[in-house]
Amino acid sequence: MTAQAGPATRPPSLAVRVAVRNQVLLVLVIVAAAAAVTTGFLVVAPNRLISGRSIALWSAAGGGPTVAIGVLGALLLAASLSPPAKPLYCAVAVLASLLLLVVLATLGQASRSIAAGASPAARASPGAAFWIIATCAALAVIDALQRLGAGSLWRVMAVIAIGGGIVIMAMAGTFDTLSIAREYASRHQLFAEAVTRHMALVGGSVGPALLIGVPLGVAAIRTRRLQGPLFAVLNTLQTVPSIALFGLLIAPLSALVAAAPFFAGLGVGGIGPAPAIVALVLYALLPIVRNTVAGLAGVDHAVIEAARGMGLTGRQILWRIELPLALPVLLAGLRIVIVQTIGLAVVAALIGAGGLGTFVFEGLGQYALDLVLLGALPTIFMALAADFLLQTLAALLPGRAPG
Amino acid sequence: MIALDHITKRYDGRPVVDDLSLDIPAGEFCVLLGSSGCGKSTTLRMINRLVPADAGTIRVGGEDVTRLPPEALRRRIGYVIQSTGLFPHWNVADNIATVPRLLKWPAVRVDARVCELLELLRLDPAVYRGKYPHQLSGGEQQRVGVARALAADPELLLMDEPFAAVDPITRDALQGEIARIHHRTRKTIVFVTHDIEEALRLATKIAIMDQGRIAQLGTPIELLEHPANDFVGDFIGRQGLGFKLLSVRRVADRLRRGEGAPGEPLSPDATLRDALSAMTARRTDRLPVADADGNPLGSIALSDLVR
Repeated sequence: MTAQAGPATRPPSLAVRVAVRNQVLLVLVIVAAAAAVTTGFLVVAPNRLISGRSIALWSAAGGGPTVAIGVLGALLLAASLSPPAKPLYCAVAVLASLLLLVVLATLGQASRSIAAGASPAARASPGAAFWIIATCAALAVIDALQRLGAGSLWRVMAVIAIGGGIVIMAMAGTFDTLSIAREYASRHQLFAEAVTRHMALVGGSVGPALLIGVPLGVAAIRTRRLQGPLFAVLNTLQTVPSIALFGLLIAPLSALVAAAPFFAGLGVGGIGPAPAIVALVLYALLPIVRNTVAGLAGVDHAVIEAARGMGLTGRQILWRIELPLALPVLLAGLRIVIVQTIGLAVVAALIGAGGLGTFVFEGLGQYALDLVLLGALPTIFMALAADFLLQTLAALLPGRAPG
Repeated sequence: MIALDHITKRYDGRPVVDDLSLDIPAGEFCVLLGSSGCGKSTTLRMINRLVPADAGTIRVGGEDVTRLPPEALRRRIGYVIQSTGLFPHWNVADNIATVPRLLKWPAVRVDARVCELLELLRLDPAVYRGKYPHQLSGGEQQRVGVARALAADPELLLMDEPFAAVDPITRDALQGEIARIHHRTRKTIVFVTHDIEEALRLATKIAIMDQGRIAQLGTPIELLEHPANDFVGDFIGRQGLGFKLLSVRRVADRLRRGEGAPGEPLSPDATLRDALSAMTARRTDRLPVADADGNPLGSIALSDLVR
């Protein structure tokens, strides 16, 4: 019996076979759907300090938007079960971008309708369902672009399309009734200052860190004996908790100003931006030095040998051969450093350095979580934007051989 | 052209080049031949001061190399290494233009020179100028490496096992190119290899090295016929000695002028080994010889090979 069982004797299957073609997309759709059903889309509180109650998507947004989100989700589900093809990935990228924008618009519309019938002190914030659906949609866009093998031009265009949609909605007042927007409304002057200060802190630390770190890396590759002690110091610095390092710098910098009042004129002090920048530079050194060393060590020895043999001077070899060849690794290090510094600069608000951390700590102190978000969201956005810009820049480097 | 005078180089107290003296006249194709660790590469790299000598003097064109700044010296000497060392972030034209640009040649002259060299190495400038090294085959990369070394028209070319890493067919073609370039330009070439066949094919002079010293210096025929000692004899290999002898002699040396023979003619530049091969394949003991234009020069017979 079993010996005769073969493909020829098997009855033809009439059942529709469902084959999963894109596990990533399928998981994202399932996670988003589960979140929409089980968690709240909007959190409504009587005032900004009290935790609110969650409202489900359909009660918060009504039938229309819910159906729209459901249809987009269903289309993406269908896409995850369809055979892979370039047009399909294009469609997924467009649908997922659309889903992201629709969810954002729905959030704004839902919060407005809640605000219309509530007291002026009432606050509406995004709930777990919103965050999860929006994240899944964003990941679906990224995944689709990756599967398309989209070049940097397409990525830039996708970012502009989605970012542009969000900006237009924001300018049209879609998000004005959200709690975070009301926190912003009462602080928009401070917000602009905080963003500028945050960027200044990042630029003011990454710049000097590059000027110190790259030469240190070059020195370490030239003199191998230097590497052990250098990395020991930098690794140790990296393990000092950021709050502790910010605090530890207060004493020496105050002493410096007391001993040499000249520095006070330059804005140096025990608290404020000076110790923050010193600490951020110290944290930035390890990734910069490490990537400089790794990048230079990765340059084929035969290439340097040939360059010497042709009569390039040591300086010409460094500038024309070694650094350009190490540049991709250096840029990777710079990405890490900028993202890390944007995050760490938040903590610098504790010692009076200003920046977006001001809102985070103010919000924590008041237990006003939307104020925390007002500090945290732009920080995340800034980090993503910097990462994206540097990645695009690295991809645009001319005439680069792979590897 | 090059005079090495009692050169010594020690690593950790152990001499890798031991009181070595060698004169290489201008226009010579001198092959430093030996097994790995015999000091041949070190000797080569002391000529352009990539390795400093511990003792002795090296003169290039009569000048003591230590009296020149190392960069200026190296820009006068072409240098080719086994792994080509092409700059991966520069295209072929920029790679070849390296030394001319260091010497601040005007751009027009650099351009013309790049084209000239690509043509010399049989690479079509229109196709290859803009390519990057990773887009080239191993053989093409080494052709560009040779072109780059020749770019500033150096009086001297140093080649450190340049064809050791390419496949046999490509190696054969590259050996043909370098022999042709040497024949045409009469540049002084110092060439390091461990491949005896390569040395016999290319060299006008071979220096066999052993333990940092020259075991024997001579023309390929001298080495084959009169090995100075057992080491040289063993190194060259007694097996197949006859074939090696045939491979270093030319048909022109054994030509019977005026005598004819039927069949496809041989070139007078062909080796006796080629002649033996042709006779064996065609089952004949006599072949005609004609020059490149097809004018009959004479013939060669089987008995001439062993004369």
